[in-house]
Amino acid sequence: MGKRISIECAHAASLAVKLANVDVIAAYPITPQTHIVERLAEYVANGELDAEYINVESEHSAMSACIGASAAGARVYTSTAGQGLALMHEMLFIAAGNRLPIVMGVANRSLSPNLNIWGDQSDMMASRDCGWIQIYAENAQEVFDHTLQAFKIAEDERVLLPVAVCFDGFHVTHVIEPLITLDQEEVDRFLPKHRKAVYKLTPDQPSTWGPVAGPDIQTELKVQNEWALNSSKDVILEVWREFGDLFGRYYAPLETYKVEDADAVILILGGFAGTGRVAIDKMREEGKKIGLVKLRLYRPFPIQEVKDLLTRVKAVAVVDRAISAGGLGGPVYGDIRNILYDEEHRPKVLSFIAGLGGRDITVKDFKRIGEKVLDVAAKGHSEHKVDFIQVRI
Amino acid sequence: MSAQAFRSIKDIPLEEYFTPGHRACQGCGETIAVRHILKAAGPDVIVVNATGCLEVISSPYPYTAWAVPWYHVAFENAAAVASGIEAALKVLTRKNLISGKKIHVVCFAGDGGTADIGFQALSGALERGHDFLYVCLDNEAYMNTGIQRSSSTPYGAWTTTSPPGKVKPAGQMTYKKDLPSIFAAHGIPYVATATVAYPLDLINKAKKGLEVEGPAYLHVYTPCSPGWRIPSEKVVQVSRLGVQTGMFLIYEVENGQLRLTVKPSRRKPVTEYLKMQGRFRHLSDEDVERIQRLVDERCAKFGLPPLEAST
Amino acid sequence: MTTDKPTVKNLPIAGIIFVPGSAKEYNTGAFRSQKPILDAKLCTKCGMCWVYCPDGAVFVNSEGMYEINLKYCKGCGICSEECARKAIKMVDEEE
Repeated sequence: MGKRISIECAHAASLAVKLANVDVIAAYPITPQTHIVERLAEYVANGELDAEYINVESEHSAMSACIGASAAGARVYTSTAGQGLALMHEMLFIAAGNRLPIVMGVANRSLSPNLNIWGDQSDMMASRDCGWIQIYAENAQEVFDHTLQAFKIAEDERVLLPVAVCFDGFHVTHVIEPLITLDQEEVDRFLPKHRKAVYKLTPDQPSTWGPVAGPDIQTELKVQNEWALNSSKDVILEVWREFGDLFGRYYAPLETYKVEDADAVILILGGFAGTGRVAIDKMREEGKKIGLVKLRLYRPFPIQEVKDLLTRVKAVAVVDRAISAGGLGGPVYGDIRNILYDEEHRPKVLSFIAGLGGRDITVKDFKRIGEKVLDVAAKGHSEHKVDFIQVRI
Repeated sequence: MSAQAFRSIKDIPLEEYFTPGHRACQGCGETIAVRHILKAAGPDVIVVNATGCLEVISSPYPYTAWAVPWYHVAFENAAAVASGIEAALKVLTRKNLISGKKIHVVCFAGDGGTADIGFQALSGALERGHDFLYVCLDNEAYMNTGIQRSSSTPYGAWTTTSPPGKVKPAGQMTYKKDLPSIFAAHGIPYVATATVAYPLDLINKAKKGLEVEGPAYLHVYTPCSPGWRIPSEKVVQVSRLGVQTGMFLIYEVENGQLRLTVKPSRRKPVTEYLKMQGRFRHLSDEDVERIQRLVDERCAKFGLPPLEAST
Repeated sequence: MTTDKPTVKNLPIAGIIFVPGSAKEYNTGAFRSQKPILDAKLCTKCGMCWVYCPDGAVFVNSEGMYEINLKYCKGCGICSEECARKAIKMVDEEE
C-alpha cells in the first residue's frame, strides 16, 4: 500500500508522472513549474524512470516535441506556466485537434505585463478554448491523483485528447502537504503499464497526419473535436469512479461545501477553495446560509451538474483569478451566467476578480464576497457588475 | 569518405514514395529533390513537414502524395516535432514496444521555415543531437504565400516584399543568411549543400545524412519557376548555372572537414545566372558587379577557380 | 475515393489520411498546355527525364523504355529541355 508522506505539491506531480511510467518528457524551465521537471530530470538521470527527457529550447518546442512523441505512440508529459503556456498556445490547439493524449501540468501563473512569476489563472483561461480537458487541483493529493488519472483519461480510445492538470503557482506548487502515495503495483492495477496507441505514425501503416483541410471539411473536423471533448466527460467520471473504487478517493466535477441549505454560494477554481471553506465556516457560525462550490472539471464543462446545483440557490458569487478583458468580468463568471440563462429558476450571478499576480485572497475577502452575494440573494436583484477585490483605486 | 551508395542514375530506386498527383506548380524544383531524398530513405521513415509549398501541394484532404508516414504540425517547429518523434522511437525501441528496425526521421522545411521562423527550433534540435535528417528546400523566398522575401533571399532579388524602387533600387538590400555555415558551427556530424541539377550528388548526400548517427543538415537549392520568374523548363538549367557561376557552392562538411563535391572546372560570370531570371531583371551594372565581387571572394575562400576570362 | 462529402461521423479521426499515396488518383494532367512527345528511336535510356521530372510522371514500361504518363504530366518541359538527344518534343495540347 502507498504510504502517507509529506511532499511539495510540485513533487507530487513528478511522482505521479514517474509512477505513470511516461516514455517522453519535453519541458522548458519556468517558475513556478520548475520543481516538477527538475524532479523528473533527476528520476531519469538516476534510472528511476526509463524515459527520454528532452531539454527543449522553448515551451513552443516543448509542446511541439510532445506532439511528435505522442504521434509516434509514446506516453508523454510536460509542464509549464504563465508565459510558457502562452508561448505554447498555438500548439495546444494542434495537440487537441490531432487527438494526442498528452498530459500537462500547469502551475497557473499570471501573464505579462508586467513580469510577475506568481499565481493566477489568466494563463489557462487565455487558452481555455484550446480543446483540452482541463482539471483544477487544490492540494498535493489532488495534484497526484488527477495527474495519474489524466493519463488513463487521455489515452482512452473513446477520448484521445490531451489533459491539463492545473494548480495554482506557489499557493499550491510550493506548499508542502501530506500525500497518500500509491506504490507501483497499485498504479499498475489502475493504469496500463504502457500506452497502447490506436493511431500512430509508423512505417508499418503509413498515414498522413495534419493534411490541408479546405472549407469542405474544416467544419466537420472542428465539430468532431467538440464532440470528442464533450463526450469525454463520461469517461472522466468512469475513470474517477474506478480510481475511487480502487483507492478510496472519489472525485466529482463539482465539489461542494455546506451548500445543502444555502441561499447563496461562492464558486471558485483551484487552491483558494481552502481559504474559502474557512470563510464559509465563519459565516455559518454567524448563522449565514452560504456554501462553497469548487469547480474541478472546467473543460468539458459540467453543464448539467452546474445547472442542477446552482438552480437550487438564489445567488452565486463567481471568484475568478483572471479577467475576461472588455467589461465581461471573469471568464468562469461568463460561463456560469451563460449556462444558467435559460433556467426558469436561475440564480443571480456576480463576478468577483481576485488573487491576480499572486495576491492573497483572504478569509476577510471571502467574507466580504459572501455578504454581497447573500445580500443579492435576499433582495433578489442584481446587475452585471465586475467587482475587483482588494484593488486600490 | 565512404563509397557512394548511388554511383549512377540506374542505382536510384524506381519506387516513388512521393507520388504523382501532387499539386506543385509546373517545373517545381523542390519536388524533384523530395522524390530523390525519399528514395534514399526508403520506406522505413517518418517525415515531418513544416508549413509551406511542399506541405500544401502534397496533402489537400483526402489526397496525399506521401506513401510514407508524414506529419505536418506547423510552420516553425518541424525540428521540434522531429525531436519528439526521434525520442519516442528511441525509448519505445529500448522498451521493446516497437520493432527494433531503424526508422529514419526526416524533416522538410522551406527557407522561411528554416532561416526565419523555424531557426530556433532547428538550432535546439541540432544542439541536442537528435538522430534525424533536416532538409531545407531553399527557393529563396516565401513562395507559398506569394513570393515574399526571407532572410535566405539573395541580394538583388525582387520579391513582393522587397520590390525594387527609388529608395531601394536593388530590391532585396540584404545578404542571404549562410545557413549551412551556421548549422555546421553547431558541430553536428554532417552538413551538406546540394541542388537538383546534380541528382546523384543530392541523393548520396541524403543517404549519408540519414546514415550518420546524430543530426544531419542538408541544404538544397531548389529553383522556383513562378518565384524566380523563369520558364518552367529552365528550372534544372538555372540550378546548374547556380553551381557553374559559383552562386551555389556545393559541398559537404563531414566531422568538421569541408569538401566541395561539385567543382566547376571553369567558372561562368554571374550574369549568366542572373539574366535568366526575371527577379533580377531590374539590377544595375553596379549591382551585378557587386554580386560578382562577392561571389568571387566566396569562391576564392572555397578554392574554386577564378572567373573564366571574358571573351 | 468516395465523392460524398465527409460527415463528422465518417471523417477519419483528426482528418488523418489512411491511404498512402492517394494523390495518385488525382489527375494533374489538366495543368498542361503543352505535352511531351518522346521519340523512342532517339532515346538512349539515360533516364534523365525520369530523374528530373518533378511529378514522377515518367516511368519505365514493361519493355524497359521510358514513357510519360499524361495523367500526371503537367507539361513543364524539363524532360524536353534536359534530354541530351533531344528525343522529347513539347507540342501544344490541341495538336
